[in-house]
Amino acid sequence: MAAASESVLLEIEDLHVVYQTDLSTVYAVNGVDIRLDYGHTLGLVGETGAGKTTVALSILRLLPERTGRVSRGTIRIKGRDIMTLPEKEMREIRGQTVSMIFQDPMSALNPVITVGDQIAEAILLHDKQGLTRVQVEERVEEMLQMVGIEPERKNGYPHQFSGGMQQRVVISMALACNPDLLIADEPTTALDVTIQAQVLAMMRRLQEELGTAMIVISHDFGVVAETCDFVAVMYAGEIVEYGTAEEVLDGNIHHPYTVGLFGSIPSLESDAKRLSPIEGLMPDPTALPPGCKFAPRCPHRMDVCTEQKPDTYLIGDGDLKIMCHLFGEGTGK
Amino acid sequence: MYRYVLRRLLLTIPVILGAIFLVFTIMSLTPGDPGTLILGMTADKEDIEALNRELGYDKPFLVRFFNYLADIIFRFDFGDSYRTRTPVFQEIFQRFPNTFYLAVGSMALSSILGISLGILSAVRQYSFIDTFFTVMAMFFAAIPGFWLGLMLMLVFSLRLGWLPSSGVDSWRCFILPTATLSAGGAAGLMRLTRSTMLETIRQDYIRTARAKGASETTVIWKHALKNALLPVITSMGMSFGASLGGAIIIETVFGMPGLGTYIVTSIRQKDVPAVSAATLLLSVLFCLIMLVVDLLYAFLNPRIKARYTS
Repeated sequence: MAAASESVLLEIEDLHVVYQTDLSTVYAVNGVDIRLDYGHTLGLVGETGAGKTTVALSILRLLPERTGRVSRGTIRIKGRDIMTLPEKEMREIRGQTVSMIFQDPMSALNPVITVGDQIAEAILLHDKQGLTRVQVEERVEEMLQMVGIEPERKNGYPHQFSGGMQQRVVISMALACNPDLLIADEPTTALDVTIQAQVLAMMRRLQEELGTAMIVISHDFGVVAETCDFVAVMYAGEIVEYGTAEEVLDGNIHHPYTVGLFGSIPSLESDAKRLSPIEGLMPDPTALPPGCKFAPRCPHRMDVCTEQKPDTYLIGDGDLKIMCHLFGEGTGK
Repeated sequence: MYRYVLRRLLLTIPVILGAIFLVFTIMSLTPGDPGTLILGMTADKEDIEALNRELGYDKPFLVRFFNYLADIIFRFDFGDSYRTRTPVFQEIFQRFPNTFYLAVGSMALSSILGISLGILSAVRQYSFIDTFFTVMAMFFAAIPGFWLGLMLMLVFSLRLGWLPSSGVDSWRCFILPTATLSAGGAAGLMRLTRSTMLETIRQDYIRTARAKGASETTVIWKHALKNALLPVITSMGMSFGASLGGAIIIETVFGMPGLGTYIVTSIRQKDVPAVSAATLLLSVLFCLIMLVVDLLYAFLNPRIKARYTS
């Protein structure tokens, strides 16, 4: 891997995360590499349990303390290895350099603290200029206005807001310190479809205005297509396909898993009577298959697939990378 | 908010009326008439009947009940004790402060101990501290108060001679009874606080607070505690009721002239007005404590507050 250059914001190399309990060890993330430049947006798609959220939590070092552990790999933010940072410096990164939006806005806001105070807290935690109370309040109002909520509502409690409004509050809280990277974990999954479109449009507008880099985690290709420059498809803790949004979403060459994912989206044109899901289930993360993790469900399975873990191959002259034996030399295509 | 307080206060009236009715009915159902109780089994039959008439005992049940009620409401008269023939109200108010100090003191002690140790255990889940206090809590929740009282008396009064074993002469007399009475409550509150705290720490908004860059101290004290305490406060109100009841036993153990010992001796001697009035006072007190708890709850929980302020 190349040394961190000026433009690289986030660099994850060979990340392995396990959740360990007395009963079993769950291999949640198994060798993920991600590079994200300033101002770019990356979509992380995959089924539930593919390890998307775990990657995000690793970046903030917020894995469940007792069970979650990064077993291998490095994460660098702005060139600094965060795995070895003391907790105090890590807290400065959280919310200031990297902030995160969680899936369910209804439970992501503290029910007994006013939304204004919750936004103000984010500002005060990273305040280096010694802002006065009035300045902080002004900033809170500014943030609310930015996400389209009347500033007067800052004294309201979360339960007085609708789901879409709550997510706007969460977003304004996450953006309050002008972070370099915003991780949005299923930002619209808990919302109505109409509200989803609004929130996505708003996120895209803010991203363009503020130049914040973003990682959007979703199981919905639509959401990713709306917001992202790059897309990574995750399966069983690995990135099986990576490329620009165009390459992954509109291209012709894909990992068999991505093909399966697209195949399972019902089309308006075809007269399908039934949905066509990918056969089988994701492998048990406590006992992963030795070779390609998708092999048991793959329609193109070869002998080598069950024995040997595939490498990641660069396809064409673009950014497209696929982890599959089909694209290796001397085998198949 | 004032309207809410007023409404809650008005709502306690039917509760108290109900309590009076229940107490009066149950006492009326017990065998024996006041005349016999006052003058004794061997007294002249005519004297007994004359006294019964004088006390209005010859009238039907409902008439007696409304007379009793009217006396309380219009003259603040709870009747005279059968034993001493002095107004019950006086007797109770001499003893009431002792019970009140005991109950309030033990409530305060058990809240402080229970909540702080509960938080400590939750924050250090599975550590030695956690295991130690959880086992201690189980121990104190399991042992009966009268036994603990006797043991404390044995150690601190008899062996060490540090504290008096009975009486109410100085504040030092209250230490052992308060400690005894608060042990069970503290144990219960500790276990409850620990479990609600653990549940709260797992909530999404705690993760949000951490993701903002808040320190662990801020996360616990600002974000988790207020949420975790809501169920604890409800339970504190209930446990105050329990400690009023427990006070009866503890007062007997420590020989304190309080409401508890008064009720016990009154029951033994079938002193109906005394038992009724004392029970009534306890139920009024309980209603008021519940009101305070409800207000505190509304104050801490904006979802409830919003319902009453708007």
